Amino acid sequence: MIINHPLLGPRDAAEFTYLGDASLIDRPDGMADNALPAFIDYGYLRDNNAGEHRELWFHEQGDRSWLVVTRHTVTHEITNVELASDVARKRGRSK
Amino acid sequence: MRFSAFKIISEALRGHKGWDATWRDATPKSHYDYIIIGGGGHGLATAYYLARRYGKVNIAVIEKGWLGGGNVGRNTTIIRSNYMLNGNEPFYELSLQLWEGLEQDLNYNAMVSQRGILNLFHTDAQRDAFIRRGNAMLLNGADADLLTTAQIKSRYPFLNTEDARFPIKGGLAQHRGGTVRHDAVAWGYARAASRLGVDIIQNCEVTGLDIKKNKCVGVTTTRGPIKGGKIACCVAGSSSRVMAMAGMRLPIESHVLQAFVSEGLKPLIPGVITFGAGHFYCSQSDKGGLVFGGDIDGYNSYAQRGNLPVVEDVCEGGMAILPNLGRLRLLRMWGGIMDMSMDGSPIIDKTPIENLYFNGGWCYGGFKATPASGLCYAHLLATDTPHETATAYRFDRFEKGLMIDEKGQGNQPNLH
Repeated sequence: MIINHPLLGPRDAAEFTYLGDASLIDRPDGMADNALPAFIDYGYLRDNNAGEHRELWFHEQGDRSWLVVTRHTVTHEITNVELASDVARKRGRSK
Repeated sequence: MRFSAFKIISEALRGHKGWDATWRDATPKSHYDYIIIGGGGHGLATAYYLARRYGKVNIAVIEKGWLGGGNVGRNTTIIRSNYMLNGNEPFYELSLQLWEGLEQDLNYNAMVSQRGILNLFHTDAQRDAFIRRGNAMLLNGADADLLTTAQIKSRYPFLNTEDARFPIKGGLAQHRGGTVRHDAVAWGYARAASRLGVDIIQNCEVTGLDIKKNKCVGVTTTRGPIKGGKIACCVAGSSSRVMAMAGMRLPIESHVLQAFVSEGLKPLIPGVITFGAGHFYCSQSDKGGLVFGGDIDGYNSYAQRGNLPVVEDVCEGGMAILPNLGRLRLLRMWGGIMDMSMDGSPIIDKTPIENLYFNGGWCYGGFKATPASGLCYAHLLATDTPHETATAYRFDRFEKGLMIDEKGQGNQPNLH
């Protein structure tokens, strides 16, 4: 697979390590009343669909940026790649 | 029809015209007491033990493709019970014992071959870990034998014990481990279950679960709706997709695992060998091909095919201990989809939905577990209590902190 890095261009997927579902960006609020069930869900349950999947890849052997990759889990086709920091910033999360 | 030496001789004299189909290709009825979704090794074994050991009748196994087309025909055929943790080892040892009696039990030649498995170690720390594992196995009634490099050399003279980076310091052997003809496992269980009256329905994909007031009462399929008393999901690899029909999210990611077989050779490797410094394991099939594999690709996939970086990694691991692989040509390579769970261990449990049961999360260790998985799942379906060797395989072990994490990797499925 080739991942089209937003800053570095097309890179071999072997340069990256894989974390999992991009919803892992949304860490629950540890002080909220429902923190316990929210963290069980966050830590252990996954959507795992067959089809388009947004997921976190880390450019370990490159610029060490985190990417949000939209990839089809049946065809492995990659349709969108964003910097995870941009995704978080759009939600008002990071500066 | 029972297989016997007399039957083979008499059929040979009559031009082999008297053999029946191995199992009945059933058409679905409108209602079954037990519907097992998934006609893989585990589903067929479940149906067999449910009928044989627990005396249940009116059972169906429904399979979207053909028998033997999924993971039961895609694995590397190894059986062993060399686990360490209490939640696992008694279960896998039960499985190995069931393998030992399988052919007599099923009256079917599954080519169970206890040729032994050898896990190599390469450092002092790894030796300590393997001694600990071997002791845990012995405590649970399994066999384990620590071998010196000289003992290993006498059985496997071609192993590269003097490699500068990964010298072989010894190995932990389980002599009762070995290999089994994997297709014959599916066929043998299907035949034995069918003889006990189980309906095996192929080319019948489940498209929905019929759930009323938090109770599962049937399934909808591509061959019409089927009502059921108890519905048992047994589709490791696609567990999340089936359970999503019940609105459940699972502690599972699906990953692709590749396997390889070389061109045929004369007898070379008598048992199963695993490399301890990378991920590579190898055995030789009775046809002569070297069957080997390694790590999963490491990203969510339902593709049943992988990518080249893992091919390279597996072959590098092979070359480190078996330099004589270098001139070998690859005959075939393929992929299968694994339920990678959050702690590397499986789940055999009830679900929050009444009459809906779940068996999955086998990671890449499902084949060796086939008989015990079937027996324990049948026990759960028949009695509504977990089998004594499968009490740890619960859904709620994650929230309760009772993970069964053999590798100690935490909740990162692609590292198990």
